[in-house]
Amino acid sequence: MQAVAVKIEEEKDYLTELDNVIGDGDHGINMARGFKAVEEKLPSLAGKDIGIILKGIGLQLVSNVGGASGPLYGTAFMKAGAACTGLVSMDAVAFVQAMEAAVQGIEMRGKAHEGEKTMLDALCPALKALRHGVDSGKTAKAALADAVAAAEQGVAYTQTIIATKGRASYLGERSLGHQDPGATSSLYILQTILAHLS
Amino acid sequence: MKKIINDVASVEEQMIQGLVKAAPDMLRKLEYGTIVVRAQRKQGQVALVSGGGSGHEPAHAGYVGKGMLDCAVAGTVFTSPTPDQVLEGIKAVATDQGVLCVVKNYTGDIMNFEMAVEMAADEGIKAEYVVVNDDVAVKDSLYTTGRRGVAGTILVHKIAGAKAEEGADLKAVKEVAEKVIANVRTMGMAIAPCTVPAAGKPGFELAEDEMEIGIGIHGEPGTHREKLASADTIAKMLVDHILADIDYKGQEIVLIVNGMGATPLMELYIVNNFVHDYLTKQGITIYDTMVGNYMTSIEMAGFSLTLLRLDDEMKSLYDAKAHTLAWKK
Repeated sequence: MQAVAVKIEEEKDYLTELDNVIGDGDHGINMARGFKAVEEKLPSLAGKDIGIILKGIGLQLVSNVGGASGPLYGTAFMKAGAACTGLVSMDAVAFVQAMEAAVQGIEMRGKAHEGEKTMLDALCPALKALRHGVDSGKTAKAALADAVAAAEQGVAYTQTIIATKGRASYLGERSLGHQDPGATSSLYILQTILAHLS
Repeated sequence: MKKIINDVASVEEQMIQGLVKAAPDMLRKLEYGTIVVRAQRKQGQVALVSGGGSGHEPAHAGYVGKGMLDCAVAGTVFTSPTPDQVLEGIKAVATDQGVLCVVKNYTGDIMNFEMAVEMAADEGIKAEYVVVNDDVAVKDSLYTTGRRGVAGTILVHKIAGAKAEEGADLKAVKEVAEKVIANVRTMGMAIAPCTVPAAGKPGFELAEDEMEIGIGIHGEPGTHREKLASADTIAKMLVDHILADIDYKGQEIVLIVNGMGATPLMELYIVNNFVHDYLTKQGITIYDTMVGNYMTSIEMAGFSLTLLRLDDEMKSLYDAKAHTLAWKK
């Protein structure tokens, strides 16, 4: 999570730039503020089980990101935490369950589905690839690499579709050709987790 | 950026503190966040909570007081407050009759208030919310997030607030709030944009001879841009847009001519002069008119028009006494 905070801070201006074009231009600023708060909270979560850590991260995001991304990412981490209650280590199957809970949480909170130019266009294909990889006996790392590749394709796909959810939906067809900032930040989180998976 | 502020980071906190000091016998600021509540907590009646980003002053804290809101939760400029802040506000005013949150239709506001309402329920507080979506500039279709909530929101504060003050239960207060939402429509325009303090530059740019039609209240561009026209021409365009959505002919209405923050009252009265005659000519009866800055967009120059169709219930609740910083009649 520390590495995610670093990555989001590095990409802050780029995410804000993407959001300037089709949203209200604060995605990078808000995400960087939220993940900085997560970084500060991590020491107090050290030694706790994974469920408590993920819920703690979710609460920090909800209280510090603001806008729509705060409740969405916050809900994702809190639901993932609930799926990991009591776990002190995580295998591939548990990771799939956590990610399933996270994606369902975002769908529920955002009342959104894949194909509406949102973070779900990165996360839903990633989840499918992850689940498929684990089911077919791949290692967690190999399955997550598939998931990241699927998320990359999903992010590229957001350039080709019209937004029907979120602030970009006010633009209608003018949202075509632009990459979704939320899908992009979701990809960064998955990429960073993959890079640090042991 | 040219503003009368101290530093960007303290704009919201200092604004709320100053607002409370303008009515210390009526208002109180909570320790936690930029949250304003009535100085005397309501007992035994439904409590009304609203809020949203800062920058819309006097909304929403200016409508906290007898007959209107019990609590206003302010986020940073143009950013929804977070669920923990909204929850703090709900807890500070909740009664055994429950809490109704009045939320403007923005993705962020809805999610943050919805989470707060769920967290309140976990703590045994009966809380529900309604969503205001009066802005006809934005199409309400399956393919957008729906119409935005703008100046019509304060009529929901007024009428639902009066219903709560009468001692109605949560169901009845929510029903009347939804009735106002169903009958209120707004459309706005701007001749100059506004600058979010943290951003330091305007949300869009307009040439000397241009105007932006269909603006919201967050400094975002509107639906389209045109050559600047006369007050009467602009006002007619906005009214016609509204009447195309709800035909108010033969109805009795409340009219709000709302300034966006930097519009001289002189210009608002010039607009009202036309709108009054234009509506009357179409067989629309104006029961009451409000001209002033009620729901602003920092220092945007422009105005919005709001029409609310009244029935007997809404009329008597509209007439009920209210005492807040920004609404005293």
